[in-house]
Amino acid sequence: MDLSTTYMGLKLKNPIVPSASPLSQSVDTVKALEDAGAAAIVCYSLFEEQINHESGELDHYLTYHADSYAEALNYFPEPEEFRLTPIQYLDHIANLKKSVSIPVIGSLNGVSTGGWVKYAQNIEQAGADALELNVYYIPADPKVSGTEIENMYVDVVKEIKKTVKIPVAVKLSPFFTSMSNMAERLDEAGADALVLFNRFYQPDFDLEKLEVVPNLVLSTNWEMRLPLRWIAILYGQLKANLALTSGVHNHTDVIKATMAGADVSMMCSELLTGGVKRVSEILKSLEQWMTENEYDSIKMMKGSMSQKAVAEPAAFERANYMKMLNSYKMLW
Amino acid sequence: MDRRKITIDGNEAAAHVAYRVSEVIAIYPITPSSTMGELSDAWAAKQLKNIWGTVPTVSELQSEGGASGAVHGALQTGALTTTFTASQGLFLMIPNMYKIAGELTPAVFHVSARSIAAAALSIFGDHSDVMSTRQTGFGLICSNSVQEVMDTAAIVHRATLESRIPFVHFFDGFRTSAEVMKMEELSDDDIRAMVDDEKVKEFKKRALNPENPFIRGTAQNPDVYFQGRETVNKFYNACPEIVQNAMDKFASITGRQYHLFDYYGAADATRIIVMMGSGAEAAQETVDYLTKTTGEKVGVLKVRLYRPFSVKHLLAAIPKTVEKIAVLDRTKEPGSLGEPLYLDMVTAISESMADGTAPFTKMPKIVGGRYGLSSKEFTPAMVKAVLDNLKNDSPKNHFTVGINDDVTFTSLDYDPAFMVEGDEVVRCLFYGLGADGTVGANKNSIKIIGEETPNYAQGYFVYDSKKSGSTTISHLRFGPNPIHSTYLVQTAKFVGCHTFGLLEKFDVLDNIVNGGTFLLNSPFSKDETWDKLPNRVQQQIIDKKLNFYVIDGYAVAGKTGMGGRVNTIMQTCFFAISGILPKDEAIEQIKKSIKKTYGSKGEEIVKKNFLAVDQTLENLHQIDYSSLKVGAIQIPPIVSAKAPEYVKNVLSQMMEGKGDFVKVSEMPIDGTFPSATTQWEKRNIALEVPAWDSEVCIQCGKCAMVCPHASIRIKAYDKSLVSGAPATFKHMDAKGKEFPENSAYTIQVAVEDCTGCELCVEVCPAKNKKETRLKALNMVPQIPIREQERANWDFFLSLPEMDRRLINTSVIKAQQLQQPLFEFSGACSGCGETPYVKLVSQLFGDRLIVANATGCSSIYGGNLPTTPWSKNNEGRGPAWSNSLFEDNAEFGFGMRLSVDKQNQFAKELVVKLQDQIGQDLVDAILNANQKDEAGIYEQRERVATMKQKLEGVKSIDAEKLLEVADYLVKKSVWIMGGDGWAYDIGYGGLDHVIAQGKNVNILVLDTEVYSNTGGQMSKSTSFGAVAKFAAGGKATAKKDLAMMAMSYGNVYVAKVAMGANDVQTLRAFLEAEAYDGPSLIIAYSHCIAHGINMGKGMENQKAAVDSGHWPLFRYNPDNFAKGENPLKLDSKPPKIKLEDYIYKETRYNMLTKSHPKEAKELLALGQAEVLKKWKFYEQMAGMKVGANDEEVKS
Repeated sequence: MDLSTTYMGLKLKNPIVPSASPLSQSVDTVKALEDAGAAAIVCYSLFEEQINHESGELDHYLTYHADSYAEALNYFPEPEEFRLTPIQYLDHIANLKKSVSIPVIGSLNGVSTGGWVKYAQNIEQAGADALELNVYYIPADPKVSGTEIENMYVDVVKEIKKTVKIPVAVKLSPFFTSMSNMAERLDEAGADALVLFNRFYQPDFDLEKLEVVPNLVLSTNWEMRLPLRWIAILYGQLKANLALTSGVHNHTDVIKATMAGADVSMMCSELLTGGVKRVSEILKSLEQWMTENEYDSIKMMKGSMSQKAVAEPAAFERANYMKMLNSYKMLW
Repeated sequence: MDRRKITIDGNEAAAHVAYRVSEVIAIYPITPSSTMGELSDAWAAKQLKNIWGTVPTVSELQSEGGASGAVHGALQTGALTTTFTASQGLFLMIPNMYKIAGELTPAVFHVSARSIAAAALSIFGDHSDVMSTRQTGFGLICSNSVQEVMDTAAIVHRATLESRIPFVHFFDGFRTSAEVMKMEELSDDDIRAMVDDEKVKEFKKRALNPENPFIRGTAQNPDVYFQGRETVNKFYNACPEIVQNAMDKFASITGRQYHLFDYYGAADATRIIVMMGSGAEAAQETVDYLTKTTGEKVGVLKVRLYRPFSVKHLLAAIPKTVEKIAVLDRTKEPGSLGEPLYLDMVTAISESMADGTAPFTKMPKIVGGRYGLSSKEFTPAMVKAVLDNLKNDSPKNHFTVGINDDVTFTSLDYDPAFMVEGDEVVRCLFYGLGADGTVGANKNSIKIIGEETPNYAQGYFVYDSKKSGSTTISHLRFGPNPIHSTYLVQTAKFVGCHTFGLLEKFDVLDNIVNGGTFLLNSPFSKDETWDKLPNRVQQQIIDKKLNFYVIDGYAVAGKTGMGGRVNTIMQTCFFAISGILPKDEAIEQIKKSIKKTYGSKGEEIVKKNFLAVDQTLENLHQIDYSSLKVGAIQIPPIVSAKAPEYVKNVLSQMMEGKGDFVKVSEMPIDGTFPSATTQWEKRNIALEVPAWDSEVCIQCGKCAMVCPHASIRIKAYDKSLVSGAPATFKHMDAKGKEFPENSAYTIQVAVEDCTGCELCVEVCPAKNKKETRLKALNMVPQIPIREQERANWDFFLSLPEMDRRLINTSVIKAQQLQQPLFEFSGACSGCGETPYVKLVSQLFGDRLIVANATGCSSIYGGNLPTTPWSKNNEGRGPAWSNSLFEDNAEFGFGMRLSVDKQNQFAKELVVKLQDQIGQDLVDAILNANQKDEAGIYEQRERVATMKQKLEGVKSIDAEKLLEVADYLVKKSVWIMGGDGWAYDIGYGGLDHVIAQGKNVNILVLDTEVYSNTGGQMSKSTSFGAVAKFAAGGKATAKKDLAMMAMSYGNVYVAKVAMGANDVQTLRAFLEAEAYDGPSLIIAYSHCIAHGINMGKGMENQKAAVDSGHWPLFRYNPDNFAKGENPLKLDSKPPKIKLEDYIYKETRYNMLTKSHPKEAKELLALGQAEVLKKWKFYEQMAGMKVGANDEEVKS
């Protein structure tokens, strides 16, 4: 059985790639993921805010109240050097590269074209095989138009592509007016892959304290419908590879993603709840299903249910919605 | 050899050498010497090696007594060992100093000499501490400048090995220890060349060693002890020559020649000063001026080696023409014939005259005087006054100089206008806030000037006595010649005022020269600024024809991401205006220094500073005021006209920075000051203050409880009283059964006393239902409401306090109606300690006696000019005192013994005088129940009645009873201090006191670090916390003081954290006081030394409890009698991970950035410790303890 796939030029032994998550914070866990069969690993994200603010925050608290009072001109010993989070991140990438043989994909999370983008180059120098760019932006300002936001995404990708030679994937939110157009623009800007879609952590309300609170909810597999649709639509229209992320929990999800046209299926929630062993379990089930259904390889099924490959291309468009509503009524 | 020129302070100069010639360094923090230990620890952490290629072992002890014991032990077993200390710390070393000297053990103690606590503590410099060690057998050698500190350190470390005499090497605290000066650094090769390895070998041979055993430290009897003491004489006789040889050897290496006594002045001088320390530099400068300008035959003899005192070398150094000698001592010995150096000089000269060895034709006239106590300025004008005094036929003896002694008239008059500094010296003054980084920038500037130009440079920095809103004044000098001006800048060519508001607080242009340059950081535009200036400042600018520059540094800082720190911006302005360096070179050097200062913390902070530099010059403007007029803005009075006379006449001078003019007659004779004086010092330091929204308020009282400065108060009062209120005064109906019917309720903020910390806003649980970002308290700008709120505050104060008997103290909303009798302290904004202190003052203030350990709480509680312990409308309030750091438990214990004794005596007298007092009253007094406010009130009434009855009784017993009658009313004795005291230096005493069973209440304000001296590790510091002396994270667990105290079984113990459970805190304080025995409350106190947002301090407290790091509990031995387990856990099992608490704080999270691997390991250890401790407490609290349990009983 040939489970291999190619993602941004990286030859992968199968399509299962753990996405950016705390799992990659430990070298031992990544080794275990490799042992369980993961084809590559996307490292947890380094955030633009960390790059831009950590240094200032550290300086603020280390020097706060310094040189104010004769008996205490400062309050902390100062080491010669701090290994700030971005530096430690690079160390971690280098360590991962030393410790595992599967490709290691660095992840940068940011939105502007500021100085932080140079960390793309640093991540490359640390040995990462590729970079995933997670552009995470909540367009809360009513003065900022959709075009401006789209341009911002494209500019960031162009900027990063200028600085690195390793392939760059772009992880996107689903909230674009014209996803196809956006995908094409990013493709033209040089993105080597599109990762669909980012799950935003939606805040919740604490009614007791009347406060907005962060609330992490893990994915369920119905959530893969949205990326499934868009991968099916985009498959074959772009130079860039496609990765499906959000809601991949079992082998059938991987199969669907692949059939829609995804080069890889990214997983997180399932691994957080079910543990690292879920990779090997899913791979086993995948192989079994493929055997039972007479598929020789992943390549064979890739894109087989994409929009251009299915009998009813309109099923992925608005008609699909109407049809679903009709069937819904019939059920009742 | 071309040596490196560096710009460092005296502490670093001493540590530079001491570290390199030591194998063991035993330390303990004390101002102003702490820096030496901190540097040694930091160097060891960086693996810096000594001259023998090994990293010295640096170890912090629990006290200076402990440090000296460790030094003694290390020396006895053959390790070259040093320590650093000052003041009371040196005192604690004296017993070991006798031992070390008695055993002829080479060692050097480096001491930044400091005042000792007498009528008052002072952290500043004089020789009182050092002079108290004269008798120990240690040699005493003095350095007068930063260069000399490094040089003498090298000399004395050589001399001690050869002479076997241990030495105290001392230099003036602050003036030399903290002065930043350009100097030539001794290389490791230089230091290596100064150490004689043969002598090191001999030292090691004498060490205790089981391979070659002997005993040292025997007990001797009358037959031989005396003879034994005399054996050392020959070593002391030989010592001066050995020291001189070391000085000569040093000269051969560096070219700088020192002598045991160095004379400077006219070769044929008739009048000379003899002195030690930094003042000798000012004397040299003055002598130089007088000999060159007026040809006066004067000189100064600098004493370097003071012990052993060499008359031979002294006589060789003094010109034979000398007729009159003024000996200056920087110490005071009340009751003595004179101060030590004076007495030594008199003895030396008179003995040598008697035996014919003196070079003088007749006995010189010798007078002695005191100067410079507690860093009192010693200026050329004072030097001249001393020399002029010698012109008299009968010069004043036993004089003082630098003060106005209008009581015993010891002081010499001097002309403050007399100055000797030439125009070639550029002198600058900078006024700033601690928070704006002014001092740091000036330290960098002086380094740039010192190290990048041929100029000599000096920087000295004066700080505030308050910890919040503190101001700083930087004194900078530079010029082509060595600088000997060891006093503050008297006239400045450049004055920078980095905070506009300081124009009202200080007369910043008083000292600027005509035509000088004035740089102002103004929040107003260049066109608006002039009109916003106080008219005094405008007039000074015009009269002195100043070059006036303005920049809105805050705007530039805001635009460049620098927040409120204007340091880099103002530094750039200074270089641009002063033209010390060409513009481009100056900017390059500033950027270089930014890189050096901030580089370790990441590139972004460096970039922000660079950006600030680049944007500065375009925002700097020179103001043309030629057509502008003087306006009408007046400087407000320092204190209100309503203030008491003492505040208006004396304390206000100190508030204004003119305390040097306070006369001797104006000072209390025994250190006694009036209570309640902070209320008169309206500091107006908060930019924003809380405003009360009565529509939203639920009257919970939490805001007042957490307020560290008692600047948010609550009153419930009869509604009818509202009628006279100012229009903007807010009130609402009081809600709840805790308040009398028909009461109005007001929460009032003292906006002029508030520090703007926001703790009250953070804890306020009431949210505006229409807009949830708003609460019942919301921060608003202070200036627009200052006037109205001043009137509202005055009206609020005029409202009656609630009758204490009617207040339910077990409920916070009611308890907070109790008047705080600890208010407006100088503690840090958002302080985590003061809410507890204030709570004690509210609950028990009218009968409270406080013993306060030295530390933060003694500083914010007792540092002049104004003090926060106050009194109520009946004139009652806390009686407060601070003895020392190490003895506080015993100090408070003594208070309890005293109170109990006098109570007992009073009761005995009451019985004796029952006929005069009346049986009913006697019975009522003797059997009074004083467990609550009503009981105490009634007892006070009885005692008042009794006093009236005794007024007419003429008997000794009646008189005696009147003396002690007040002790019939319950007194609450509280012993307070920080963890440095309770866990470390004072632990032995604390342990003894709680074991005695007496009714004392001990409050440990636990910040888990030595906060007052700048964040050194204590035994309360936890696993993984970074502190000074624990740069790699503390590797051992926090000491469980509570468990140790509980082991006695009869001690009430509580662990509290107000931010986690304020009700439990209140309960613990009430129970502790009610318990008739020793009580110990350990209170989690968030602190500036934790590296946190102080406004969120209560959140951190909660996280500490939620993580299990700080379990809440009360252990009440009274519960035994009820058949209950005395231990009650008041918090739930850990519900968040330890890391979710500790990584909120820089003290922990910085380790993940400096030592990531160790951080992980220590986190795991810390987490395991928390869980283990919790289980242990849980088991203990779950144990069955029954009154009927025979096993327990037995």
